[in-house]
Amino acid sequence: METISTDVAIIGAGGAGLRAAIALAETDPKLRIALISKVYPMRSHTCAAEGGAAGVIKPDDSFDMHFDDTVGGGDWLSDQDCVEYFIHEAPKELMQLEHWGCPWNREADGSVAVRPFGGMKKQRTWFAADKSGFHILHTLFQTSLQFPSISRYDEYYALDLLVDEGRCQGVTAMEMRSGELRQFHAKAVIIAGGGAGRMFPFSTNGAIKTGDGMAMAYRAGVPLKDMEFVQYHPTGLPNTGSLLTEACRGEGGILVNKHGRRYLADYGMGPETPVGQPQLKTMELGPRDRVSQAYWHELQKGNTVTTQWGECVLLDMRHLGEKKINERLPLVRELAEAYLGVDIVKEAVPIRPVVHYMMGGISTNTAAATPLPGLFAAGECACVSLNGANRLGSNSLVELLVFGRRAALSAAEHVQGLPAANAAALNAQAEKTQQRIGELFSRTDGSESMSGLRKEMQLTMEKNVGIYRTEEGLQEGVNKIHELRQRYRRVKLTDKSSVFNTDLFQALELGSMLDCAEAVTVGALARKESRGAHQRLDYVERDDKNYLRHTMVHHQGMDSPRVDYLDVVITKSPPGVRDYSGDHK
Amino acid sequence: MTPLKERLVQLEVLRYNPDTDTEAHFQRYEVVCQEEWVVLDALNKVKADIDPTLNYRWSCHMAVCGSCGMMINGEPKLSCHAFLRDYEGVIRVEPLAHFPVERDLVTAPDDFMEKLKRVKPYMIPKEKKPISEGEYKQTPAQLMKFRQYSMCINCMLCYAACPQYGLTPSFIGPAALTLAHRYNQDSRDGGRAERQEVVATHEGVWECTFVGACSEVCPAQVDPASALQQMKITSSLDWIVEHLIPGGKP
Repeated sequence: METISTDVAIIGAGGAGLRAAIALAETDPKLRIALISKVYPMRSHTCAAEGGAAGVIKPDDSFDMHFDDTVGGGDWLSDQDCVEYFIHEAPKELMQLEHWGCPWNREADGSVAVRPFGGMKKQRTWFAADKSGFHILHTLFQTSLQFPSISRYDEYYALDLLVDEGRCQGVTAMEMRSGELRQFHAKAVIIAGGGAGRMFPFSTNGAIKTGDGMAMAYRAGVPLKDMEFVQYHPTGLPNTGSLLTEACRGEGGILVNKHGRRYLADYGMGPETPVGQPQLKTMELGPRDRVSQAYWHELQKGNTVTTQWGECVLLDMRHLGEKKINERLPLVRELAEAYLGVDIVKEAVPIRPVVHYMMGGISTNTAAATPLPGLFAAGECACVSLNGANRLGSNSLVELLVFGRRAALSAAEHVQGLPAANAAALNAQAEKTQQRIGELFSRTDGSESMSGLRKEMQLTMEKNVGIYRTEEGLQEGVNKIHELRQRYRRVKLTDKSSVFNTDLFQALELGSMLDCAEAVTVGALARKESRGAHQRLDYVERDDKNYLRHTMVHHQGMDSPRVDYLDVVITKSPPGVRDYSGDHK
Repeated sequence: MTPLKERLVQLEVLRYNPDTDTEAHFQRYEVVCQEEWVVLDALNKVKADIDPTLNYRWSCHMAVCGSCGMMINGEPKLSCHAFLRDYEGVIRVEPLAHFPVERDLVTAPDDFMEKLKRVKPYMIPKEKKPISEGEYKQTPAQLMKFRQYSMCINCMLCYAACPQYGLTPSFIGPAALTLAHRYNQDSRDGGRAERQEVVATHEGVWECTFVGACSEVCPAQVDPASALQQMKITSSLDWIVEHLIPGGKP
């Protein structure tokens, strides 16, 4: 197996991975950087983010307000030292992107424009029409091309971390084009591998969002934190699950049920605000968890609209007018037209909540460090505890930047003065990857179909770990996922070729997703309270006495994982009431 | 509520596995699809239910990641944006033209990636200033001068459509040149002279014969053809300034 020696290996070349790579290259041009990704950087799912990125910039805004919105939005499960660091770094990172050429929308005087977003008390979301993530990703990718110290390994599928003497010292990966295994010996590793929304059948996430980075760290002994907090975005297209950005509502779109009622007013987010005059932090600009939960209640009451794609509510943007829609929401118009045949200028568009984002992930601290020395993580794959129990829209694009950079700074510091690696020990570990893959190829008693197992996993997650959860359903989910993990050991590989074998990669991705799914279900079953995106019909109240803590799930091989807890860091905001009523003046 | 309409779709997919095949061959699949699906959905159903050995790239299913470009009935298309309702009879699916095939519908984009880097598609600021001094002011009108050209998703459909790239592989090609133009047109940028070394060469804009196929197939309405024509005009002006005006510098 060929060995590639580097200083820092980065797994994932989306927003967080690219930001980390650039920060490393700028910090110390002598550092060798290996940027490893299973896709070409511009295919990364950062490209699908639409609405924008939050950072305090306007004179009527303040850091304290961004802090309060984030902590309250996260139902007090955010670590407040982390939020504090984040809000101060956010505008600097967004400004840095401006200097790198990101085509942010502008005010008439040439300054950067901002738009309203859910759960934010002030307008602070920077945006590039409704393709903000796309522009951030391409700006970062294009900027990265000027640094000779960044060596890209595009379409390398990362497999296992190499850990020796208690330090993470590299990773194995397969070159997808040839099927050849490589080992990267690195003084530090940064995982920036994205979320795992494809555990669910109905998701805004691209096919690549399979939790590989999370599972890799988890298997290496790093706990996954707060995995039970899965964000449903309130407004997805009912057939493809494509995202219709929160900016639809930020710009003034309204949600109505089959009676034409703006039902959010019935779920603590009223009273109604005038149509076309959205008011911050109430009604349609409530937080995602509350808005998605309101859909569920409407469904139980029979207030949803029956469509050929299932039960929906309606997102009405007609009153915005064609000009504003074309200027600010062109992608939304195009998506609804192309995939649903609905012109949002003329008709209300049927939508329903869709799995969108993992608040949980690889446990990291504010320095983007995991408990395993030498291993850092950033972006959706990490849980730095910025988002708590519910992420506010437009905080995650900034999170990629702030903590991608932070991971780079931490890694650059870590690699200084390290003792030489024990190459023989690392080689021996890399052999284990080779055996694992070899066993998958040579298996002759494979009896389980990959797509069959995947379907069962997705249906289990949807049925048992959805917007509202119960003890009974969660126990069934835990049992089923555990069973699927056992059956996965007999998964059959049909394609035995070496070249770009997507049967193999899908099988590996399924393994990652099953590991993540187990952490989600086990964490959800253990958390006997309702908080943010984790809502239980049998424990309807938030329980700060017992659960103002992070769930930490530890991998135990083929056995059920072990769960313990870590206290939330509270610095200045004691848990309070989340108020999205009209009392927002 | 009317149920979704279904339809039996016949796909004819070009297969090639360098491990076992000496040459590519077509394989026929029949798969029941919903009428509103895209070609990618049909391929996904084939992969899940019929033939796990079929290989292709895809991710976002919303025409923004640029992964799933392929030839569909001879035209470069994103398969996530090629609607079954627009096709009758057998749908022929082949790898993107003008790129080497790795396997099945998976092509090697190395040439494009290398060319993209050569045109320096990043900000070379007119005046450097620290982040603490805030943003470079840019009016909405200045933004509109380049925004369209910043929409390129690097899907490479324009390379597959460009007859000139097919004939002369050294041609830098529509997407990469358009991205150079995108930065040249940006009021914050001062890097045009540096990019001209690559752009205004024979492999650059002058290789373009203005067929316009790039703009026709672009799924992001970038209009590379117009970008290349604008670049030719500015490059010609450079030449005039340099050669016809005494002491002139481009």
